[in-house]
Amino acid sequence: MTDQEDKDIRNTTMLKIKDLHASIEDKKILKGINLSVNPGEVHAIMGPNGSGKSTLASVIAGKEDFEVKKGSIALEGEDLEDLAPEERAHNGIFLSFQYPVEIPGVTVTNFMKTAINESRKAQGLEDMPANEMLKLIREKSEMLEIDRKFLSRSLNEGFSGGEKKRNEIFQMAMMEPKLAILDETDSGLDIDALRIVANGVNKLRNKDNAIVVITHYQRLLEYIVPDYVHVLHDGKIVKSGGKELALELEEKGYDWIKQEVAV
Amino acid sequence: MAYTEEELKKELETKEYEYGFYTDIESDTFPKGLNADIVRAISKKKNEPEWMTEWRLEAFRVWEAMEEPEWANVHYEKPDFQAISYYSAPKQADPNKTLDDVDPELLEMYRKLGISIDEQKRLQNVAVDIVVDSVSVATTFQKTLEEKGILFMPISEAIQKHPDLVKKYIGSVVPRTDNFYAALNSAVFTDGSFCYIPKGVKCPMELSTYFRINEGGTGQFERTLVIADESSYVSYLEGCTAPSRDENQLHAAVVELIALDDAEIKYSTVQNWFPGDSEGKGGVFNFVTKRGLCEKNSKISWTQVETGSAVTWKYPSCILKGDNSVGEFYSIAVTNNFQQADTGTKMVHLGNNTRSTIISKGISAGKSQNSYRGLVQVSSRAQNARNFSQCDSLLMGNECGAHTFPYIETKNKSAQIEHEATTSKIGEDQIFYCNQRGIDTEKAIALIVNGFSKEVLNKLPMEFAVEAQKLLEISLEGSVG
Repeated sequence: MTDQEDKDIRNTTMLKIKDLHASIEDKKILKGINLSVNPGEVHAIMGPNGSGKSTLASVIAGKEDFEVKKGSIALEGEDLEDLAPEERAHNGIFLSFQYPVEIPGVTVTNFMKTAINESRKAQGLEDMPANEMLKLIREKSEMLEIDRKFLSRSLNEGFSGGEKKRNEIFQMAMMEPKLAILDETDSGLDIDALRIVANGVNKLRNKDNAIVVITHYQRLLEYIVPDYVHVLHDGKIVKSGGKELALELEEKGYDWIKQEVAV
Repeated sequence: MAYTEEELKKELETKEYEYGFYTDIESDTFPKGLNADIVRAISKKKNEPEWMTEWRLEAFRVWEAMEEPEWANVHYEKPDFQAISYYSAPKQADPNKTLDDVDPELLEMYRKLGISIDEQKRLQNVAVDIVVDSVSVATTFQKTLEEKGILFMPISEAIQKHPDLVKKYIGSVVPRTDNFYAALNSAVFTDGSFCYIPKGVKCPMELSTYFRINEGGTGQFERTLVIADESSYVSYLEGCTAPSRDENQLHAAVVELIALDDAEIKYSTVQNWFPGDSEGKGGVFNFVTKRGLCEKNSKISWTQVETGSAVTWKYPSCILKGDNSVGEFYSIAVTNNFQQADTGTKMVHLGNNTRSTIISKGISAGKSQNSYRGLVQVSSRAQNARNFSQCDSLLMGNECGAHTFPYIETKNKSAQIEHEATTSKIGEDQIFYCNQRGIDTEKAIALIVNGFSKEVLNKLPMEFAVEAQKLLEISLEGSVG
């Protein structure tokens, strides 16, 4: 294979993680992750508490608390190692937070306007004209059944668990990322809220983007049906399969995986 | 004044205090030091009537017997009052000249300050009285105001032209004996603004004063007197800058507001005096006495954005004398590097059904110390007084301090007083959340700080609010590593 061909193949992969090791304060969390995600695919990463799921999400997004000791992460063939979190965002990575933070006094609309214009600036584009921004907001909030009044509230301040998660997905819709990582988006949601959030995500799926769903429970995957399921245990992917793997896990529990790994 | 992201970015890159230029204009400066002869000489220089000279001399005698106050939560080397020059005027300044006659270097200075007079005249509908060092150089818009009977002029001119008004009100809200710096100001004030709004008149434009200390080794002691006659309204803006210098410069102003029955005064300040460099060298000492008197059904509203000065000592206050009068204080105080601010307000409830609101937002970064000090006082005769106070502090980093000193003295059981206080820190998780949405750290801080300050920023007139937001961003540049 020539270098050029090799490059072409790599470029068609949305996310390529190779032998990733990461630590926080010398505590090893990720111990050799390999993962390849193509455009149009939805991958689920499941695993028991403490297996490293959220760490993986944070490391991909570039959170500086974690130190990458070994291995690489590439988005569309470009290595992310030297990129700051905001640069990774500009390149199309979006993280839906497990615990979205509050920013008092900053409205959802103002926050989104700033985020979108900062990304445009990074691409050498002018600020989005106000009427275009309004149109986009209207379109996306309708799609996610979001009350317009919600958008003039301070970001996440006093939001219910469901509102916070729906707001994350609204932001995802606004930012139109290439790669979206949903970290425990189902946690704290009742079944109705879960359905709305999942429907939103499904509407945003297309052949050009990719979604990584991180979850503890199989429940969310009934609504967001993955193409692949990976099981994370003690910082490594120990088992991969199709969507039926999630059901098997639900039935047998994580102990089954732990035992299998031990053998 | 609109500004683009690009301009802001360019400014942030330089990091230096952006108003730190010194304009080489010929000045007429008094020898350093203070005694009765200097006080007389200032008065003579201004062609003041005898009563004014005597008024000043009495203030000087009071001041001589006073001690500099030490109760504020600030630490600094006390100024040597004999090493200050008490009068400095640009030589070519002549209040009778038109703008065309003004020294082109002065005009250039205004341009650097971003307050081109022509621009202001044409676009902003703001009348500007500019005080450079100690003299008002040009007062714009006077004719338009005169038609409404509004008087807006340098106070030195008002002493000549409207002595009755000045005599009646000067020192009536802030007496010469009030405090050390008020006494000093009363003795040596060299200029400032005077404003009178006649009965029933709504001032059709924002009135604005721009102060700037230019000459080295000078103090600026301006005196502002605003009188809103019955049922009148005025919105007054004040902005301040000073060039960067190694030595400390003293600024000791007195502002007196008088709101007669049913009148309303809105007084907004954006203060950006030189805060000293990143090692804490230099900077302006800002020791200011601001107070307003409210008669029946009147309202005084103070809004301040304080980003500058090495040491700030300032408590814009309201004496709610008349029944149903209203006092408001909205403040944003930012301290960075080695700045120290001790600021707040006094709300003195004397009349029945008087109401006051205090919203204070303190932002501390670097190694700075930021204190809120407020007094809510309800006299025994004041029935149904109400106060609401909210003091929020935002900390950035681990080396700064935020302090709150709320004093409540009430002698009437019908009073309702509420006080809320919060302290928060800009969290790494907030910054990372913004980063993840493509917003870099600098911009994220600006966003968080603006959100924190929003209730106060919303109280500022539009053109000032934009300027204030920009100042907040510049002041906090580089404060979170």
